[in-house]
Order: sequence, then structure tokens, then C-alpha cells
Amino acid sequence: MGRFFQSDLFYNLVPLLVTAALIFVVVRARRQPLWAEAYRRIGRNKIALTALGVICLYGFVALLDSIGSTDPKTQTRRTLLDRVFEKEKEKTYSAPGARMTTGEPIPSPLKAPGTHLLGTDGVGDDVLYRTLKGCRTAFIIGGLTSLIATPLALCLGLLAGYFGRRTDDAVQYTYTVLSSVPSILLLIALILVLGRGLLQICLALGITRWVGLCRLTRGETLKHRDRDYVRAARALGVSNARILARHILPNLLPVVIISVTLGFSGLILSEAILSYLGVGVGAEIGSWGNMIDAARDELARDPVIWWNLTSAATALFVLVLAFNIFGDALRDAVDPRLRSS
Amino acid sequence: MPPLLQVENLRTYFHTPRGIAKAVDGVSFQVEQGKTLAIVGESGCGKSITALSLLQLVPEPAGYIEGGRILFEGRDLLDLTWDQMRRVRGDDIAMIFQEPMTSLNPTFTIGYQLVEAMTMHGKFTGAQARQRAKDLLARVGLQDPAQALRQYPHELSGGMRQRVMIAIALSNEPKLLIADEPTTALDVTVQAQILALIRDLQREQNMGVLLITHDLGIVAETSEEVAVMYAGQIVEYGPTSAIFHEPRHPYARGLFASLPARGRRGQDLATLEGIVPPPTAWPPACRFEPRCAYRWDTCAQVPPKYHPADSDRPVRCHLYDPEIADRPARGAAPIAKEPVAPDPTVEAAR
Amino acid sequence: MLRYVLRRILYAVPILVGVALLTFVLFYASASPQSLARRNLSTRNPTQEQIQQWLKDHGYDKPLSVQFKNHVTGLLVFRFGKSDATGEPIWNRIKQGAGPSGLVASLVFLTGLTAAISFAVAVAYFRGTYVDYFGTFLCVLLMSIVFIVYVIGLQYLLGKILKYGPIAGFQTGIAAWKFVLLPVVIGVLAGLGSETRLFRTFLLDEINQDYVRTARAKGVGERAVLLRHVLKNALIPIITSTVAAIPALILGSLVLENFFGIPGLGSYLIDAINSQDFAVVRAMVYLGSILYIVGLILTDIAYALVDPRVRLE
Ligand SMILES: Nc1ncnc2c1ncn2[C@@H]1O[C@H](COP(=O)(O)OP(=O)(O)O)[C@@H](O)[C@H]1O
Ligand SMILES: [Mg+2]
Repeated sequence: MGRFFQSDLFYNLVPLLVTAALIFVVVRARRQPLWAEAYRRIGRNKIALTALGVICLYGFVALLDSIGSTDPKTQTRRTLLDRVFEKEKEKTYSAPGARMTTGEPIPSPLKAPGTHLLGTDGVGDDVLYRTLKGCRTAFIIGGLTSLIATPLALCLGLLAGYFGRRTDDAVQYTYTVLSSVPSILLLIALILVLGRGLLQICLALGITRWVGLCRLTRGETLKHRDRDYVRAARALGVSNARILARHILPNLLPVVIISVTLGFSGLILSEAILSYLGVGVGAEIGSWGNMIDAARDELARDPVIWWNLTSAATALFVLVLAFNIFGDALRDAVDPRLRSS
Repeated sequence: MPPLLQVENLRTYFHTPRGIAKAVDGVSFQVEQGKTLAIVGESGCGKSITALSLLQLVPEPAGYIEGGRILFEGRDLLDLTWDQMRRVRGDDIAMIFQEPMTSLNPTFTIGYQLVEAMTMHGKFTGAQARQRAKDLLARVGLQDPAQALRQYPHELSGGMRQRVMIAIALSNEPKLLIADEPTTALDVTVQAQILALIRDLQREQNMGVLLITHDLGIVAETSEEVAVMYAGQIVEYGPTSAIFHEPRHPYARGLFASLPARGRRGQDLATLEGIVPPPTAWPPACRFEPRCAYRWDTCAQVPPKYHPADSDRPVRCHLYDPEIADRPARGAAPIAKEPVAPDPTVEAAR
Repeated sequence: MLRYVLRRILYAVPILVGVALLTFVLFYASASPQSLARRNLSTRNPTQEQIQQWLKDHGYDKPLSVQFKNHVTGLLVFRFGKSDATGEPIWNRIKQGAGPSGLVASLVFLTGLTAAISFAVAVAYFRGTYVDYFGTFLCVLLMSIVFIVYVIGLQYLLGKILKYGPIAGFQTGIAAWKFVLLPVVIGVLAGLGSETRLFRTFLLDEINQDYVRTARAKGVGERAVLLRHVLKNALIPIITSTVAAIPALILGSLVLENFFGIPGLGSYLIDAINSQDFAVVRAMVYLGSILYIVGLILTDIAYALVDPRVRLE
């Protein structure tokens, strides 16, 4: 069993299953009248569709970087992305498309001159390759954190809103305390304690992120709790669990989905900031935050090393922008009441 | 002398996701100095949009005045520049709204909002305006005007707020007052007081009043003329007494049928069957046709003319159009249900 | 008013206890003091006595319950103890750092708020036109750029290309402006997009209210409607939303102070992170919460000042 969790099969299965589940949900949701209308509205919105396309493209790169097999010679796992884009390591920096290195007293010729479209970084890695590697990290941070925070927030929010009294007091107290610690400080503290690493960061982000969603869920549940259909169900002797799962939860989903989508871009940005503050994913994992962090010294050099920063910042910017635009469009499409303009 | 206000073929449309909504579609009427014209009709008929169009306050950017003329003392308000129109508002033409609870700015005192209305038009200096504000509040019946000046809207009741709105509207002695359902949101007892107040002030200042309401009791007591509005158009227009005595358009008949006694106040419109369709989905020919008890085939095919059956009582109905020849013969049963009012064919023949 | 403030402070106590509890659980219960000592002692292979001594100095030798009591009571009266890494009293550094940090943060806050409100009003004035669309889109663009890229990019632009004055460091007194200007500009820019967009929606919400129609019907001009009637009402949600700026300001001072070498609390915290100085991080977390709670109370008071419907009872 333990072998299985370390096997290539397992590593490949998880991302594929997640993707399949996502596609399944997206296709199925269309059958619901509310979502069908939302799909139609988004379908008419060219900008939102473009943003969605960009997100899918990034997702595809992330998927490529999640599927792979172990190289029998080196015993390291190489993903599809590695196979396509990994280049031979150069000695040090080189400008995009250059034939010689930069930053050495005497420039030396590259091993693969002219092939590094976005140049190479300080340790000689291809910047394009490093940038593409960042996609997976971004999606894991956004996705895993949402997977941690959303169920937690939903459960507690539903319970607090539905049962009230003690439960409500306890939940409210918990999130009031958590939310009165400014999130960046809480994040730093959590990561210091948990240690660095992708999983730890997701966990820490999840702990700081569930509060907002929980508050939202609680409020919405309170609204629905006293609606007639819930009272009727209760009078008919339907169990609390069933009322929560069948009657209240479905009504909350649109709000929750919008809020998660809108939160995605914030999560991706957090990664970069955390890396900069020295509590990021760690240097061994390719991430845009690490690349931007490295740029602090690179811009001060002569000649200026701008390609590392520019590539990572652009990749990050485009993805975050796409999420912001798509999130807004989704909100407008699902709930015209929440419309921003 | 031209009438105080003469509106000709006013059309106000909205851009909506479902297409263009012709909320006001070719409305004409006039208001004489010192006289009252009432516009009645169900909710969603375009009464408020008509009123807002006069002041060019149609909600932007969706709404726009597509065409027509709004002649105020002979000059077309639609030709004025933005700033000239601003000076007309609140000075020559003032307006009171349906929602007293939300029509005052919650973060400014009553005094500020009243004084602002006066100093805006340069007729009064600050000190004069403050004195006059106090007088006006006393005139509209506030107990302690000096204190009210310092109060915020939330400290007053709905009736009091509507009085303040009237004071604001009248502060520059306008020539025309537009009152859009001024009493709908108020208690019945307060309604009577507010109406009496408007009537008294109208007499004092010899104002023309355009009164919008769906309370027929009010109409009978206050107005000289009535325009019945349905689906963005005026369907019947004439002297109050005549229309009350003998409504002609099937829609007007439906409205007035439920009024057993004249002047029953606090009475909303009779419940006609069905609802006003949304402006994007108005029937192509006669807009009342789907709800009409007297309809026949032609009604769904040919739009009725706004036909002056006799010169001072135009009616938008084929029943009164001498050019429509295929009107069902006398005694033919209406398609939908038994008519409640006098037999249409008899009247048409008269 | 005073009664209200007192009561709010009283309400804050359980929250602060909660925060103290949280920090205790995080730091004391999850990291072993032994490893802390090893990490923080300068000698390579400390002897057992050295470790014991260090634990004793920093109060990690007592039973957990006593430590907890000391921790909570200490925090409540602002006794933060000594830094794990340097042994320096934390309070001293906080006192030194508060000035520069406060200066930068308050400048960023005030300038940012003014700028965002002004832009929001401008965009709202042109609502429905291309100025509005373009402005809103620009806001989304600004929102999508990472803070750090602003810092690095602008610093490069101004410092390297335009040869603008000192880039890092700090001086007290009037001379501080030279060092503070760039961080403040960057701090303001970083928050401008999201704030402007948020404030714009507040303004547009108000523009559709009935009282605005009344003002127009009185003959008030469009500009006065916006600046007088709409803005005063929109200030209510704007004020409520400014507490949310506190975490952003803290983040700002972390990044900016560190980058520009301003000796404030942010730099202190970054140093603490790098040396894994739990005692300092703990103190900062607590201090941040106090700041946030004070911010909440101030917001409520400001709220009551703008909105006549709210009374502090
Ligand atoms: N802002 C708007 N956008 C689109 N349609 C509107 C708008 N305001 C009003 N309308 C349409 O104009 C019609 C007339 O509205 P209104 O004049 O308010 O009716 P009423 O006669 O009840 O005062 C309504 O059916 C409504 O659908
Ligand atoms: Mg109306």
C-alpha cells in the first residue's frame, strides 16, 4: 500500500482524477436552470471566455507538469513538461536567445546557444522552463488551499448558522479571534511553526482563508433557516442533516463558488509575497515567487538581468488577471444582484 | 396664450438586455395654469417615467428620451442645454416622489436640504433662505419648524418627511408641480392631509399640478382632467367628470367599474384580470387586447388609433373608431367574458 | 461615547485572550524548547548546561501550564520578554521601530485613501462612458500585479534610470521625507486598484438612490450631486471598509521597510523570520491583533460621526 502512494501511478492518477472530476462537475452543472443561465451569459461575454481560455491553458501546463514517470537511470521523476522543455544546464545567466553568457567577467559560449528563448537564470536553468514549472505550484496553492478551506468553512458556517446558540458562539469566537490577527502575521507564524513546503503553505493559507467564507456561509444559512421551505421540512420531521444537505447547502453553492473563484487570484499572489518574505515554498520547488524574489539582486547588476523577473511577473500577472476577470464575470452571470457595476 | 405645459408625442425608451423597452410610447397631454391633470393606470404603465421625462431625470444610461416635444410656457425643454435644464428643475418645475422614506438624503439635516433647494437658484441669500425654510415648514404643518430644521430625515415619520418634500418642492414657488403618487406610501389619514395641503398650496400659488396616482378617489376630488395610461400610452383622456361618469376604453371601464361610490379614498385600482406585460413584450397591435373583454380578431392585428371619438375625449380603441367596419354586431358576445360596463356597441353608435 | 469605547475595549479582552492562546498553542506546544535552544545558541554544539541556562533565561523551563499563564498575562500587560535570537528585550525594539513604521504606514494609509476616493469619484462621474470602462479595467490590471513587482520595478525605474536620490536608509525628523517618499508612492500604488474599484461600487450604489433623484430635481448640478450628496453617503461603507486596510498596511510595511532599509517593525519582523526568532514573531502577532482591534473601534467611532442614524450607545 505504501508503495502505491509513492508510485508513478498514484502521482499520475491524482491530477487526472481531479481534472476529470472538475470537468464532470462543470458539464453536469449545466443541467441546473440557474447555472444554465449563467453559462449562457458567460458564453456571450467574449472577455470572460478569453480569460477562461487562459486559465485552461495554464491548467494544461500544470497538468503536463503533474504527469510523468520515473527515469530508471537517475531514479528521478520526470514529468511530460520536463521531457519537452528541460534544457541542458548552462553555467550562469544568459540573455534571451543569446549565444554567450552574461555576468561573467569573460563571457563564455553557451552549450545550447540561441535556444533559450527567455534566457537562463543564475544557475543556468532555462527561464522559460522555470516559468512553466511555476504553473503547477500556482494551481496547487490555489486549488489545495480552496479544498482545505472550503469544506471547513462550509461545515462550521452551516452548523453555526443553523443551530445557533452555543455552536454559533463557539464558531463566531473562533473566527473573530482568527480574523483579528492580520492575515500576513498569522501566515508567517503558521509557516514558521509548520515548516516550509507546498503542503504546509496550503494548510497555513487555508487556516487564514476559511474565516471569510465561514462568515458568509453563516450569514446565508441564517437567512435560509427561517424561510418557509425549511420550516415546512422541519415540521414534516425531516432530519437536520438532511435539511442542511438537501435544502440549505444547494442554495449556498453559487455564493461559495463565486467567492472561491474570486479568492483564487489572491492565493496565487500570496505565494509570491510569502516567497519574498522568506516563508515561501522553498527553493527546490519552481515557483514564480522564487523567481521574483531572486530578481531583487538581479536588477542591481550590470548588465541588468531583467528576463527572470519579467517572465515570472508576466506569467503571474496574466494568470491572476484572468482569474480576476473570470471571477467577476462569473459573479455577474450567476447573481445579478451582486453585480459590480 | 399657450398652456403651461404641453407634451406632444413623448417617447422614452430603455435599453435592456431583452431589447428596447418602450416605457413611454407617444404620450401627449397638457396642463393648464392653476389646474390639475391626473394620470392614472396600474403599476408599470409608465406613469413615473413620463413624469421623470418631463424633468429629464430618466435613469441613465439605460433610459433615454427618444423623441417628442415638452413645451413649457411655449419653449421646448428638450432643446435646452444641460445647465439651462438644471435651472428649470426645482425652480419652474418641482417634483415630489412616491417614496418619502428614501427621497431625502439621510446624512444631511432637513434644514440643509431645504436651504440648498433655495440657494441653488439664486433667488434667496443664505439668511433669507433659512428664514423662509422655517416659514415653509410651518406652512406644511410641522409642529416645531425650528427644531425640524436641525433634524435628520430618520428622525421624522413618513408623513412628516413627505411634508418636508412638499416644502422643498414649493420653496421656489414653481409654476408646475409634479406629484408622483405622493400619498401611496402613507397611512390613509395622513394621505388626506397631504392631499389637502397640496390642493391649498396649489390655490395659493396658482400652480399647475400633474398628479400621478392609482387611487381613483383622489382623482375625483382633485383633478379637472384625467389621462388613463396603459402600457406606455394614453388610452383615454378627458374631463374628470365625464370619464367618471362614463369611462369608454375597456381598460378604463375595468378601472372604474369597481368604484361604487364617487370619491372613495384609499381605494386602489380595481383588480383587472392579468397584469401589465413588460415593456419589451407589448402586444403588437392593441396593447390591452390580451386582457380585453371586448376584443375581436382585428384587435390583435391592427393597432387602434388614438381616435378622437369626440374632440375632447380621445380613446385608443377600435370600438370608437368609425373607420373600423368589422366591429361585432350589436349583441355579439364578447370573446372573453361578459362585459361589466354598458354594452360597447350601443355607445359606439351614439 | 466614552461609555461606548470602554465597553468596546472590554469586549476586546476575550478576543485578545484568544489571540494569546492561539500564539501559545502555535509556538509553545508545537516546537520543542530544546530545538529552539539549539538553534539560537551561538555555539555549534552547546552543552546540556548551556541549553538549560538558555531555557531558564527565556522561561522555557517551567511547566507548560505556568508558561501559559506567564505568556497570557505577559501579553496582556505588554511584557513581551526577550528575543530568542539576540536576548534583547523585545519592547525596546518595538519602541524604536514604531516611529518609522507608523510614519510610513500612516502616510500610505492617508494618501492611499485620498487617492482612491478621488479616482473613484472621477470614475463614477464618467460612469457608463469609456473613461469608466477604461478606469475600471485599469484597476483590475493594477490589482493583478504583485506588490513585489511594484517595489522592484519602481525602484529600478526611479533609482537606476531616473537617478532619483537615496534608495535605502532612514533619517529621523524632516529629512525623513527623502527616504519615505518612494516607499509611500509604492505602497499607495499597490493598493490603489482594488480600493478605487471598491469605492466606485459604493459610489454607484448611492447614485441610484432616491435621494439623488430628489437632489437633481431640486436643480443641484451633477458635480455637486456627486461631491456633496453621494460622496457623504458613500463615505459610510468606505469607512467601514478601511479596517480591511490594516492587514495590507502591515504587509506593506513588511515588504517596503525590508526593501528600503527602513528600521521599522517590518524589518524587525523579517529579521526575526530569518533567524526563526519565535519570541519576536509571537509579540508581533499579538501587536498586530491589538492594532486591528483598535482599528475596528476607531472605525465604529468614525462611522457614527458620518452617519447620523448611528448613535454610540
Ligand atoms: N431603469 C429601468 N430600466 C429598464 N426599464 C425600466 C426602468 N425603469 C422603468 N422601466 C420600465 O418602464 C416601465 C414603466 O415604469 P414606471 O413608469 O415606473 O411605471 P409606473 O406607472 O408604475 O410608475 C416599467 O414597466 C419598467 O419595466
Ligand atoms: Mg411609479
